[in-house]
Amino acid sequence: MADAALGHAPRAGGAGTGLLRRALAGTTLPVLTVIAAILALWYAACIPMNIHGTVNMARAHGFEAVPASRGERRNMGAFELVALNPAAIPHVWSAEKPRLPAPHQVGAEIWRTVALTAPNDPRGLIYHAWVTLSATALGFLIGMGLGILLAIGIVHNRAMDLSVMPWAIASQTIPILAIAPMVIVVLASVGLTGLLPKALIAAYLSFFPVVVGMVKGLRSPDAMQLDLLRTYSASPMQVLLRLRLPASMPYLFTSLKIGAAASLVGTIVGELPTGGAGLGARLLAGSYFGQTIQIWSALFVAAFLAALLVGAIGAVQGATLRRMGMAAR
Amino acid sequence: MHNGTNVHTHEHGHALGAAGDRPAIAAAGVNLTFETADGPVHALKDVNLRVAPGDFVSFIGPSGCGKTTLLRAIAALEHPTGGTLTVNGVSPDEARRARAYGYVFQAAGLYPWRTIAGNIRLPLEIMGYPRSEMAARIDKVLALVELSEFAKKYPWQLSGGMQQRASIARALAFDADILLMDEPFGALDEIVRDRLNEELLSLWARTEKTICFVTHSIPEAVYLSTKIVVMSPRPGRITDVIESPLPKERPLDIRDTPEFIAVAHRVREGLKAGHLDG
Repeated sequence: MADAALGHAPRAGGAGTGLLRRALAGTTLPVLTVIAAILALWYAACIPMNIHGTVNMARAHGFEAVPASRGERRNMGAFELVALNPAAIPHVWSAEKPRLPAPHQVGAEIWRTVALTAPNDPRGLIYHAWVTLSATALGFLIGMGLGILLAIGIVHNRAMDLSVMPWAIASQTIPILAIAPMVIVVLASVGLTGLLPKALIAAYLSFFPVVVGMVKGLRSPDAMQLDLLRTYSASPMQVLLRLRLPASMPYLFTSLKIGAAASLVGTIVGELPTGGAGLGARLLAGSYFGQTIQIWSALFVAAFLAALLVGAIGAVQGATLRRMGMAAR
Repeated sequence: MHNGTNVHTHEHGHALGAAGDRPAIAAAGVNLTFETADGPVHALKDVNLRVAPGDFVSFIGPSGCGKTTLLRAIAALEHPTGGTLTVNGVSPDEARRARAYGYVFQAAGLYPWRTIAGNIRLPLEIMGYPRSEMAARIDKVLALVELSEFAKKYPWQLSGGMQQRASIARALAFDADILLMDEPFGALDEIVRDRLNEELLSLWARTEKTICFVTHSIPEAVYLSTKIVVMSPRPGRITDVIESPLPKERPLDIRDTPEFIAVAHRVREGLKAGHLDG
């Protein structure tokens, strides 16, 4: 065979000159465009959302409300009210308890509670984010371990295949998100509080995608590859370790990303009734007291946590598949 | 043994092998029936065959003639429903445990997450060879298939023909004296195939393995084999066993000699006959 091995060809063309050119060629510009569009839409949405509250405070803002009667205004549509009170528009983005806080209000709140508050201060979001993250991570690890073990059992044992899979599917038809607060309260009454109950709900939500993905991954080797190991008289354990597990890696990481996000949702819902620490508790407190800005900033921190988790799994995935010689090419 | 110019005729079951020699593979009245939803399928019917150590045997026939099933039965991947089949004098299952054969599939089937050397190490790991011995064995078989420089490459970095050579090296790594090959070059183009056939013959000469080779190419079967087993479908059975008169040294242009053409003609006649009464 004269044909040489195909090496990695260096990417054609020189490095881009200048930041702008690179930004235009890469994903930066599209991403910025989308963010700008979302922000514009958000600011625009604040006008009808907050107009009633702002017009109610017309005196304080130094203009006259039209119509003057509060009852009359309550029955009016938002856009009509905007048209009658153009003077109110500049004030819709700075209300104290807006229906929809403006982006810069949320940003300022996050800055104040994340950067300007000590990490161990319960008034700061870092404290709450850490509480949520630790329960999420514990639940995710439990769910991942359980999911992988169940998948291995299902692939190797016909009885488990027939019995466990239906139960796993049935388990996901229980609206755990709806009954999670009850589960927390029940567990608390038997003395189980703190990290573990939340982690259990997170695990309950995250094991399922791992089971489904791993069963598919462990079954991905074709008949020929299994026959090859039979010709070596390989034991089931050797087949698992040398063929099925390595072959399932791409499937595993995909499921783990879904599982991590589900874990976070489970933890936040589990925190709702505790009234103590965690982003879920923070969300509930915010909604009790009409602190919409606080709710939104907690939401953004939660979204950031989810991105962090999925990003971390992606990094492990990249490193693992590269080591296995299976990285995207 | 192969210096005669006439094509010898043997009734199947009595082909080759001096009395007393232990055959590498012996089949007597082997039947194999698959139970399917549409009723039983007779994949092998009354197969009798003797393969002597050092033989290069080709199994040729149209699809459904049972040639792959026979090879898989020899490898204990399928189990005959009747008759006796022995490999190195013992049952196929025992022979497999004794590492009697290496199997080469139609596709190379290299693990994408292992390098070429890592793929060849796979059977050695499973069979529990000492680590120190592995490296020497890998070097040896890589040299045998001329892939020494590619030990650290991943399969996707190699062409299809090179991948198939790596899979042959993998089957040779643990010193089995029988090599079972199931249309190993079926998916390759003709030029690569010719080259690999030539290399396989020289590898066979150097290693003195017994090779069972499934193919549906008449020139390939005639070029490679000392013994050609012609098979027919429905039910799968042996219709002719031809001892090749060609010398052991076979340059590629032997395919233009009258002897070669005579053997190829007889194979073709055998296939045709099997088709008529099939």
